[in-house]
Amino acid sequence: MAKRTPLYDTHVALGGRIVDFAGYELPVQYETGIIAEHTAVRTKAGFFDCSHMGEFILSGKEAEKALNYLLTNNFSGMLPGKVRYSLACYENGGIVDDVLVYKVNDTRFMVVVNASNMEKDAAWFRANIRDFEVKFENISEQTALIAIQGPFSEEIVRKLTQEIPEKYYSFLENINIDGVKCIISRTGYTGEKGYEVYCPSSKAKEIYSKILEAGKEFDGIPCGLGARDTLRMEAGLPLYGHELSSEIPAGETGLSYAIKMDKSDFIGKKAIQNHEPKYSRTGGLVLDRGIAREGSLIFSGSKEVGKVTSGTHSPTLEKSIIIVRIQSEFLNSSDLAVDVRGRKLKIELCPLPFYKSSKQ
Amino acid sequence: MSLFYAETHEWAETEGNIATVGISDHAQHELGDIVFIELPEAGKKVVAGKFLCEVESVKAVSEIYSPVSGTIVEINEELESSPEKINENARANWICKIEFTSIPENLMTEKDYLAKQA
Repeated sequence: MAKRTPLYDTHVALGGRIVDFAGYELPVQYETGIIAEHTAVRTKAGFFDCSHMGEFILSGKEAEKALNYLLTNNFSGMLPGKVRYSLACYENGGIVDDVLVYKVNDTRFMVVVNASNMEKDAAWFRANIRDFEVKFENISEQTALIAIQGPFSEEIVRKLTQEIPEKYYSFLENINIDGVKCIISRTGYTGEKGYEVYCPSSKAKEIYSKILEAGKEFDGIPCGLGARDTLRMEAGLPLYGHELSSEIPAGETGLSYAIKMDKSDFIGKKAIQNHEPKYSRTGGLVLDRGIAREGSLIFSGSKEVGKVTSGTHSPTLEKSIIIVRIQSEFLNSSDLAVDVRGRKLKIELCPLPFYKSSKQ
Repeated sequence: MSLFYAETHEWAETEGNIATVGISDHAQHELGDIVFIELPEAGKKVVAGKFLCEVESVKAVSEIYSPVSGTIVEINEELESSPEKINENARANWICKIEFTSIPENLMTEKDYLAKQA
């Protein structure tokens, strides 16, 4: 049976339309609808329940060393209070997951993983830290996560606490919200300025209602998975199972900034080194009328050259947008089309993101 | 003039041998924000219970089935640029008009259809 986050009853009470996502019953949208929720995040503020995400703690003398071996990014020299994005790869260079690493101090890190991969990741972390002096704890169950996203997110967070992380991809811990100790980071998955609040699951309802209350004067509204997906697509952010998977070589994801080939050995390094990337991840606009979705094939003339990994109607651009995985030699082709249920629609590739906030 | 509903959530309002066709309020609500409609073509023959056209919400594409058999005689071109009108009022914003040859017996009255949704 699907699991529920601590905010399940709240979502139902708020009119959330519940769907099964990554093994969790979560709202895909509320009565407001995906477009209104999307627009709220771009212009005001929106609140997301991300409690389904997984959180691991790695602690001990060799925590940093272990992370440097397990993950593709480099955690040496990282300052406490910083957040860093990374991939985790298999030996063959395929992707286990994409994660956020929070450095609490030299011997303590929090790793945030995708809900759909949580069990797999936990097993993978446990198996691969054996040779290190490090302790692994899976705190996913007891940890709730609420995202506050949008141009007014800072004003809303300031109503809850005076201490807030100033810089993008930084965090503060032990922030007191209504007597509850929380972690607040300046992070998000929307391409908009925003914050994420980690709190004990047992207090999530109270914290969430405080956030809703604080957000009212800024027209902040609860947002579901539907808007989360359209927002991250506009921001060009990858989603595991779409742009990333065990079948996709890390070197073909356009995430080289998070893969540090100049650090010492890490899982997958050899495979990434020896692999000549053939595919690229990029954006595209559908020029003919229609919407291309995940799985639609891309053609150059009659030759199949790639496929759509995510596609939707962009509420901000009011255009049909796609993220594609395409053979790199066809990146500059002028005759590209996407097959949508037998109809070939003209497309034009473009760099990601489709949307960039001026004050993220 | 009579109003019928299909189990697949389309409505048909008949006058003479012309049926004006759209989707139900329940259907638009279930679909969510409609952002695209691939309208059927005038002159095309359609069969009751079979594919008529497709509409896309932000999340997904859905097929609309014809509530009657016959020939499409008119389409509501306004929906091409403003498909969201279906969300605003699904009963007023029809998709097409069909000169029908037959109406299936299993279509429901509005009262029966609404009772089924409740």
